[in-house]
Amino acid sequence: MRKAFTALAVAAVVAASGGLAEAKTFKWGFQTDTTSLDPHAHNVTFTLGFLGNIYEGLVRRDADLKFEPGLATKWENIEPTRWRFHLRKGVKFHNGNDFNADDVIFSYERTNNEDANLRGRVVGIKEVVKVDDYTVDFVTEKPNPIIYYEWDTWFMMDKEWSEANGAATPTNMSKGVESYAAHHENGTGAFTITERQTDVKTVMVPFKGWWDTPVHNLTEVVMTPIGQDATRVAALLSGEVDMVYPVPVQDIDRVNKNNGTSVLVGPELRTIFLYLDMFRDELLYSSVKGKNPFKDLKVRQAMYHAIDIEAIKKKIMRGLADPSAIMISPKLFDKSEGFQRLPYDRDKAKALLAEAGYPDGFETRMDCPNDRYVNDEQICQAIVSMLAKVGIKSTLVAEPKAKYFARIAPKGGSDFAFGLLGWTPGSFDSWNVLFNLLGTPNSKEGRGLYNYSGYSNKKVDELTDMIAVETDKAKRDALIEEAFKISTDEVATIPLHQQALAWGKRDNVDLRQRADNQFRFYYVNVK
Amino acid sequence: MAAFILRRLAQSILVMLVVGLVAFFMFQFLGDPVNQMVGIDTPEAEREALRERLGLNDPLVIRFGKFVVNAAQLEFGLSYQHKSPVTDLLLERMPATIELSMVSAVIAFALALPAGVYTGLYRNRWSSKAMLTLSLVGISVPTFLIGILFIYLFAVVLGWLPSFGRGDVVTLPGGWTTGLLTVSGLKAIILPALTLGLFTLTLIMRLIRAEMLEVLRTDYIKFARARGLTNRAVNFGHALKNTMVPVITVTGLLLGNLIAFAIITESVFQWPGMGRLFLQSIQEVDLPVMSAYLVMISFLFVVLNLIVDILYYVVDPRLRVEGHGGGH
Repeated sequence: MRKAFTALAVAAVVAASGGLAEAKTFKWGFQTDTTSLDPHAHNVTFTLGFLGNIYEGLVRRDADLKFEPGLATKWENIEPTRWRFHLRKGVKFHNGNDFNADDVIFSYERTNNEDANLRGRVVGIKEVVKVDDYTVDFVTEKPNPIIYYEWDTWFMMDKEWSEANGAATPTNMSKGVESYAAHHENGTGAFTITERQTDVKTVMVPFKGWWDTPVHNLTEVVMTPIGQDATRVAALLSGEVDMVYPVPVQDIDRVNKNNGTSVLVGPELRTIFLYLDMFRDELLYSSVKGKNPFKDLKVRQAMYHAIDIEAIKKKIMRGLADPSAIMISPKLFDKSEGFQRLPYDRDKAKALLAEAGYPDGFETRMDCPNDRYVNDEQICQAIVSMLAKVGIKSTLVAEPKAKYFARIAPKGGSDFAFGLLGWTPGSFDSWNVLFNLLGTPNSKEGRGLYNYSGYSNKKVDELTDMIAVETDKAKRDALIEEAFKISTDEVATIPLHQQALAWGKRDNVDLRQRADNQFRFYYVNVK
Repeated sequence: MAAFILRRLAQSILVMLVVGLVAFFMFQFLGDPVNQMVGIDTPEAEREALRERLGLNDPLVIRFGKFVVNAAQLEFGLSYQHKSPVTDLLLERMPATIELSMVSAVIAFALALPAGVYTGLYRNRWSSKAMLTLSLVGISVPTFLIGILFIYLFAVVLGWLPSFGRGDVVTLPGGWTTGLLTVSGLKAIILPALTLGLFTLTLIMRLIRAEMLEVLRTDYIKFARARGLTNRAVNFGHALKNTMVPVITVTGLLLGNLIAFAIITESVFQWPGMGRLFLQSIQEVDLPVMSAYLVMISFLFVVLNLIVDILYYVVDPRLRVEGHGGGH
C-alpha cells in the first residue's frame, strides 16, 4: 500500500517535471545510513551533509566551501553583539508552508535543547528577536565575528508542521519519547523524501517548489548504505550504484582500471597530528624515571625531525595525503604557506636527543585508534619504527575508537604518553583549533578540551581571546598567524598531514566534491 | 510433558539473566557511549549532563536492576545512536534475518541430507571423495571471504546477481516484510543464503555420513539385510532414521547459530538484518541495542534447545518409554 502510494507520488512528480523520457535516477551509497532525519538531534558529519539536500540553513556553502546566501539573503553585524539576518522571501517548505522569522526563532529554540546535539551551534546567543516577518536579530553575550560559520548545517524547520506533528523537540532521551522528525522531514531543500526504509534505502525526488534554480538533471535519487568496503566497491564496479564513498585507498587502482568507473580524490580538511604529554612530571610507560623528556623542546623537535612524512604519504597513504606544517588545513587559513615542516633529518634528531641528555634514547608508549582515520594504525606503526631509528623505542597500543578516545580523555585519566589524533574545526576557522587544541586546558571555560599535550602558553591564550572578538579580517589573520607561529615553534603538537577524500563514481556522472566530505546531489548531472 | 516444558522455560529465564549480567560487565570495557553520541567539541559539562540523564553514572547493580525490570516488560529503551526505540529497531530488522537464516537452513539441509547419505553408503566412490574434499572448503574458508568471492564472481564478473541488499520487499499483513515474493528479492537472497549456509551444509553432511557409517555396522542392519529387505528399506527405513537423533540436535543448534552468526554475512552483503544492527551498535557502544540483542539471542537458543528436546521424544521411542517407566 505504502509502496503503491510512493510509486504514485514518484510517477506524479516525474510526470510533472517533464515526462518519463528524461528520467535520471541516481543511485549512490555511503558506508552508513543517515543517523535519523532529525536535523538538530545528531552532530554527525554524514547525517548533516545528507540532510543538507533536504533542509537548508540561513547560510550555505558552495562546492568550494565559500559562503553564499541560503535562507537568508544577507546578514550584517549591526552592533558588536547583534547580528541581523534578512530572510529570503517566497521560500516554501516541502508541505507548502511559508518560511519566515517565526520558523527561525522556533528552530533556535528547538536547537537550544538538551536533547539537541547541535546545541553548540547556537551557544552564546542571548536572545533571538523578530524585527519583522523577514528580519531576525541574534543578540550575543559577547561579540562573535564568526557566529554563522557553522550555520550552513544548522537547518531551519517549520514551526507549524513541527508543533502539529509532535516534532517540536528532538527525541527525548531521558523520557524515551521519540520525535516525529526522526522519521519524517519537512525542509525547504532541493530534494524531498518519498520513501525511507531505515538502513536499506531512502528515495528522494526534486522539490518542485525550491526557491533556487536546480543545476542538476536528476528526477530521482536513491541512497543505500553499504557498510563493507569490498561490497561497496563491488556495487560500483558491477554498476548497481552510480557513486560510492569512501573508496578505501587500496581499491582506488582497481576502480580506476575498471571500464566506466573512476575515483575522484581531493584533500580533506581534517589534520592528523601527534600529541605528546608535556604536563606530567614523570612520563607514563617510560624508561625515564622522575622526569618527563617530552617537556624538553629538544626532544619534541627530535621526534619531529625523525618522522619521514614523505614516506608515510607514499607508502601508507599511497599518495593520498598532504603533509602539513600547521594544525589547520591550508584551505581554511590564507596565511598557511608561511609555515614549513621541520625537515626529516635523522642525524639532527639524534644530535638533539643527545643534547637533551638522551644519547641512547628512551622507551615509551604510543597510543593509536585503529578504526577512526584513514590507515591510522599503519601510520602509527610507521612512526614507531621511525622513532626507534633515532633511539626512542615505543610499544604501540592500537584500539577501536570507542575505547581509545575514552581512555585518552582527561575523564579516562589521560592514559597516554603520546599518540595520534585528527581534528576538523567544525566552524572551518582557526579560532576553533587554537581554542580547543592549543589553549591552556581549563574545563570550566571549555578551553583546551582536546589539548592532550597539555601545552600552555599565556601569549597564545591571549591571542586566541583577541581572535574570538576581532572582526577585521586582516588583523584577525595576523593574530592567528602569530598564535600558530608560537605554538608551532614550541612543537605543541606534531602535525602530520591532511588525509584525502576518495569518491568513486561512474564516468557518466558529473559531480562536485566538497572538501568537508559532504555530498550535495544538487550538483550532480547524469549524462 | 507440560511440566518438562515449564521447567525448561524457567531455566531459560535464569540463562537470560546470566547472559544479561555477563553482558553488562563486558560493556564496561567497550568505551564511553557518550563520546560516540556527541560532537568532538562538546564541552565536558554537557557530556556529564548527558551521562547523568542516560543513567550511566548509576552503579552497575542499579543499572542492571533497571534493565531487568524494563526487559521483563519488553521495554529496552532508546538506542543511543538512532534515538529510536530498540524494540522497533529489532522488530524492523527481524524478518530479514529470520528469512535469510531459514532459507540457508533449508538449502543446507536439503543438500546435506542426500549428500551425507550418498557419501555414507558409497564411501569408496570417487564422487564421494570429491564431495568430501570440496566440503573441506566450506569448513575451512572464513565466511566473509566466501561472501566476497561470491560477490566478485557473481556480481562483478558475471553480473548475474546483486552484490548487496535485499531487493524489493513486500509487506505482509502484520508488518512482516518478505523478499521471497519478488524477483529481485529472490535474486538477492541467493548469495547471502549460500554463504551463510555453506558451513552448516558441510557440517550436517559430514555428520550424517559419520552416523550412517556407524549405523550400517550395527547388528540390526545386518539382520535386516539377512531378512532379505530391499536396500531402500534398509538404508532409509532403518539406517537413516536411526542417524537422525544426533542430526536433529545439531541442526537445531545450528539454526540458532545461523541466526546469531548471520552477523558476518549480513555485514558483507549489506543485508538489513539484526546482525548488522548489532555490529554497528558494538562499534558505537550503543548499550541498549547490544543488551537487547544479546538477551534475544539467548532466548532464541533456549527455545531452540527446548524444541530439540521435544523432537527427541518424537523421534526416539526409548526416551518415551523411560519417561513413563520412571512414573510407575
